[in-house]
Amino acid sequence: MRNPLSERITDIPFSGIRKFFDIAAEMKDVISLGVGEPDFDTPWHIRDEGIYALEKGRTAYTSNAGLKELKIEIAKYLKRRFEVTYDYEKEMMITVGGSEAIDMALRAMLNPGDEVLIPQPSYVSYMPCTVLANGTPVIINLKEENDFRLTAQELEEAITPKTKILVLPFPNNPTGAIMERRDLEAVAKVVIEHDLYVISDEIYAELTYLDEHVTIASLPGMRERTVLINGFSKAYSMTGWRLGYACAPEEILEQMLKIHQYAIMCAPTNSQYAAVEAVRNGDEDVKKMREEYNGRRRYLVKRLRDMGLNCFEPYGAFYAFPCIKQFHMTSDEFATRMLQEEKVVVVPGTAFGECGEGFLRISYAYSLSKLKEALDRMEGFIEKIK
Amino acid sequence: MEMREKILTYIEKNSRVDLRDLAVMLDMDEAIVANEMAAMEAEHIICGYHTLIDWEKTSIEKVNALIEVRVTPQRGRGFDSVAERVYNYPEVNAVYLISGGYDLLVTLEGKTLREVAQFVSDKLSTLDSVLSTKTNFILKKYKDHGTVIAKPQNDERMLVSL
Repeated sequence: MRNPLSERITDIPFSGIRKFFDIAAEMKDVISLGVGEPDFDTPWHIRDEGIYALEKGRTAYTSNAGLKELKIEIAKYLKRRFEVTYDYEKEMMITVGGSEAIDMALRAMLNPGDEVLIPQPSYVSYMPCTVLANGTPVIINLKEENDFRLTAQELEEAITPKTKILVLPFPNNPTGAIMERRDLEAVAKVVIEHDLYVISDEIYAELTYLDEHVTIASLPGMRERTVLINGFSKAYSMTGWRLGYACAPEEILEQMLKIHQYAIMCAPTNSQYAAVEAVRNGDEDVKKMREEYNGRRRYLVKRLRDMGLNCFEPYGAFYAFPCIKQFHMTSDEFATRMLQEEKVVVVPGTAFGECGEGFLRISYAYSLSKLKEALDRMEGFIEKIK
Repeated sequence: MEMREKILTYIEKNSRVDLRDLAVMLDMDEAIVANEMAAMEAEHIICGYHTLIDWEKTSIEKVNALIEVRVTPQRGRGFDSVAERVYNYPEVNAVYLISGGYDLLVTLEGKTLREVAQFVSDKLSTLDSVLSTKTNFILKKYKDHGTVIAKPQNDERMLVSL
């Protein structure tokens, strides 16, 4: 029989966490700090709207770009929260999570050979999606000494005549790093100078603990060269609803919409109705969850530092990214041993790029008591291997 | 948020939190948190630290009732003196002054139906200012003090995700 598979697909490796998932799934009494989604349930008033929508029989397709009502609310929200204005009719589409938006944006913008700058450590989909879109990924290794922020110099050094897109994944999964206004301004200057486009994945925009999140699209000259990606998963604890959105200049957006129309049709209708309620009346929920995350964040970072680990202050998302280089083990060995010996799951930094070597991603999307127990075990493990 | 509000918001749901952890989470000095809490106890802002128990899961029998009480307010003291007479009974859990069709809402805990009935007929109804009572027995508690007790929540997330 002929090989049924596409080489382009088979050349892409599986994600590095499958192994951990498989080991952990076989064990009892495992405590996981390895989850990349909120521990809160979707606030009830949002779920309630989802139920109402079903009761009213709102079960048909929406328009390809998404429910008008929802897009209007998102446009208001973006103005209110992040000072960016988008025409909801021409510059916005509702997607199946932020993930789909990343894929669509890359596919709509890349020609074979175009280079995409991907700062790492970062979420795992940028590289494969770039490859699938015929682009060439170029990695920028972010450094702990810069608090894992992207500097103008690092950007400048990675640019070639073929560079077309910069992916900007902040607030960042897995490091918890953020980019403040001045960091973004420096990057924007280089982007404009070299006539690049930015795909800004701001799915964690609501979860920052220093100042309010700044979107690069709000900086002068950047709106016309930015695809802004956000969604409902992290801010409103709506991961399973699979709902995100993309905002971009009309020229880009209409091509993204073409792919979406053929590949997806529309985002889930029920989720879209629930999301109207989220974005209209959810600010208070977001605030409460952010407060709660922030408390756990401080607790986690303090515990890690008390264990003698070097841990830079993560001001975004819900992860800490401590350094474990002092133990002379790879991240993978450390995580595997800690899982086997103490039954605690963390994700090795290398799952998010080679430069994650020597680091662990620890999620604080857990109750304080869970965090505490897991960290007690981790402390015991560190005592043992010291 | 004010410092006190932050402390209260947290301990309202987690009264057993370690003071040191609380201080870390709120980004405050531990001594300051301890002082504030002591002060709020003295000022009776913090009135107690309780445990939420689902007695139904134990073998211990409890009967809970909500009693609507209509009373005659007293000159000069309004409802306060009759409320005081009622809340001093140890079997009374809570007494609220209510707007609407009746005056006091009294919640009561007894061992048996008869015990509750006896309290109402012998003690509560016989008070001079009590005009009438209406006793509602609680059949099942679904949620109490902001916590769903009918079914425990499980973490249904995958163990690892990116």
